[in-house]
Amino acid sequence: MFKKTLNISTSPHLVRGIGTNDIMRNVVWALVPVAMYAVYSFGLSALLILVTSMAACVLTEHVLARYSKKETTISDWSAVITGLLLGLTLPPNFPLWMAFLGGIISIALGKFAFGGLGYNVFNPALVGRAFLQAAFPVAITTWFPVYAPERFSTVSAATFTLPFLEPATDGFTGATPLSAFKFDHVTTSTSDLALGLITGSTGETCAVLIVLGGVYLAARNMMNWRIPVSILATVYALSGILYMVDSQIYPSPDFMLFSGGLMLGAVFMATDMVGSPITSVGIWIYGAVIGLLVVVIRIWGGLPEGVMYAILLGNALTPHIDNLVRPRVYGTGKTMDIRE
Amino acid sequence: MGFLNFHNNSFKHGVHPPEQKSETNGLPIRQFPFSPVIIMPMVQHLGAPSQIIVREGQEVVRGQLLAKAGGYVSVPQHAPVSGTVRKIANVPTISGKMVQGIYIETFPFSGQEVMEGKPIDHETAIWEEILQGIQDAGIVGLGGAAFPTHVKLKIPEGKHCDTLIINGIECEPYLTTDHRVMLEQSDDIFTGIRYLLKATGAKRVIISIEANKQDAADHLSARIPKDMPVTVQVVPVKYPQGAEKMLVTALLGREVPSGGLPIEVNAVVVNVATTAEIGRLLPHGRGIQERVITITGPGVKKKGNYLIPIGTPLRYVLEQVGADENVSEVYMGGPMMGVAVSNLDISITKGTSGIVIFNENDIKRPDKVYPCIKCGACVDACPISLNPSKLGILAKFEAYDEMATNYHLMDCFECGSCSYVCPSHIPLVQYFRLSKSIVRKRNAAAKAAG
Repeated sequence: MFKKTLNISTSPHLVRGIGTNDIMRNVVWALVPVAMYAVYSFGLSALLILVTSMAACVLTEHVLARYSKKETTISDWSAVITGLLLGLTLPPNFPLWMAFLGGIISIALGKFAFGGLGYNVFNPALVGRAFLQAAFPVAITTWFPVYAPERFSTVSAATFTLPFLEPATDGFTGATPLSAFKFDHVTTSTSDLALGLITGSTGETCAVLIVLGGVYLAARNMMNWRIPVSILATVYALSGILYMVDSQIYPSPDFMLFSGGLMLGAVFMATDMVGSPITSVGIWIYGAVIGLLVVVIRIWGGLPEGVMYAILLGNALTPHIDNLVRPRVYGTGKTMDIRE
Repeated sequence: MGFLNFHNNSFKHGVHPPEQKSETNGLPIRQFPFSPVIIMPMVQHLGAPSQIIVREGQEVVRGQLLAKAGGYVSVPQHAPVSGTVRKIANVPTISGKMVQGIYIETFPFSGQEVMEGKPIDHETAIWEEILQGIQDAGIVGLGGAAFPTHVKLKIPEGKHCDTLIINGIECEPYLTTDHRVMLEQSDDIFTGIRYLLKATGAKRVIISIEANKQDAADHLSARIPKDMPVTVQVVPVKYPQGAEKMLVTALLGREVPSGGLPIEVNAVVVNVATTAEIGRLLPHGRGIQERVITITGPGVKKKGNYLIPIGTPLRYVLEQVGADENVSEVYMGGPMMGVAVSNLDISITKGTSGIVIFNENDIKRPDKVYPCIKCGACVDACPISLNPSKLGILAKFEAYDEMATNYHLMDCFECGSCSYVCPSHIPLVQYFRLSKSIVRKRNAAAKAAG
């Protein structure tokens, strides 16, 4: 009376049900408000940048998967995240062809060269951005005003620059709060920074929305909250000490926390699971190292912003941290009265 | 959890699978009908196979010895029914292996009276006699591992037992046998504890129960005999708390050394149903012929907790409880550590604690396996603080020696927490099972080579 064949599997026969694609998709959801605000504050140019970088990443992922005779992996959403993150770290008036190129580099060099999802050492979006920073140092530091009145009717003159031509300059070079502080010693209001009223890269301006996305992911257990907390706490503590030493020379810790790409980097870039350590202790170390590097680069380095390099260096350290920090295995070491 | 270690009265990590116990935990234990044919495999326990002492055609009485223990780490087997030995032949087992076994044709009109043997009195018997009595009764761990209980109770030279832990945790989802035993067999449990106290020399007894069985805890607490050093301790629900190492840590704050048994830290852990069985069988010198089994899952109509004769064919059980014709998955034991059945012609054994039945599409199966994204969910789940992510990657590279020497592969007891949480649905436990057997083979070969 019963069927002849039964399905068999090896234990456990239950799965919790949250899949890798679910995590990735939720990261995208968490970034949606950030992206929407970017489009609202910067207009059409920002929308075009985001669409272009996402399209470049997804397309590259698909083509490379096909080329290596594998099933396409775009359905795991990870390429969408990479594209979105890359776009959010670029100036809103960045030439589209450069953004497209950055997307290709992100996926090809940052991800597939290492073996695809799960095997990349560095955050792919930051690999792409590092390439763009090296290749187009001027374009990547040319900024666009926030809340420009005609932002929904026209796009920045630089946006449609043809490949390999000098972009038209209607942006204003080198006037982000960080460079203003570094080179001209002008401080910007922290509340303006937190609310996204000051210009910057497409998605880095509104700290409030970034934190909101982070809280959503952390609450759903899809992001390790220790990473942003440790990075931000380290930056705050170190710059706080420096500020106490000499508030004339060093920026205030509030300014450090809310300026530049720190929030976006700490919440959405450094938290890339593949590139961050696997143990909690390892993560505290990783976050502290990134925070330290951010402060060192911003204050003593040649660049106004150091979040990208700090995270890339943190990614490079991750395998070593995982090797060094191993939890004590049950039953090895002290066995009686372990709680005393 | 690193710097935020608040797990003070528990073991580290663990998971919380849906409990699914409410459909059967209120149903009293019911006697199951006797199947017309009983199939007794001679391997129902860990250790050497039992040795058959009956011959084909012989009539046996319920409770009569069918096979004697095949050595010290082995137990005898008793006839679960009165009937005729039809055949001695190889029989299928859940692992897929064929082992020697006995087919008994049940007398259809027998009253199934049980044969009794030499009683053992806990007042007068010395510990050796109690251990012998437990072995003679064929008792093994009824929680699922089926390890001969008398071996576990033998305190090694130079060791002593200060705490006897009665394990009523039952952390596997769906299963409610221990729950019902605690509610319905408290006298047997306390009698069993008397034997166990004498056998181990323990000074105190902790009956440990998870918080989802508060009624059982209250029931037992109210019935502790005045003269017994017994406490009932309720612990928060967390899988795999029923694993004895985890339980020792949760209750006593001691860790069982890697590769060792709880006695290394002066504790002995015995399952609560096993304890009840000792208390019921030894005063009458009987052997074990039946056990309580939870039958549940969406694929079955008459869910419940049944007292089923050992050796009852699974197909007969499924017919009696009204399993769906389209049954597609049958698990013996719980869904976390239980084994999927491939053949309904196997029979109930001493280690069968539950039968969970599903139809097609009842179980959500992951559609595909993604690469490890190093999210660390497995690291935060592993109760013995292994790094399943790293072990999984090493297994893919077949780096078995590296796994064993640097990443404590052999400590894994396959609780399944890592696979359960893995968002990439990597079959980690299966990797580790294979890796462990390869390492064991290599070690054996190295030993043989000198």
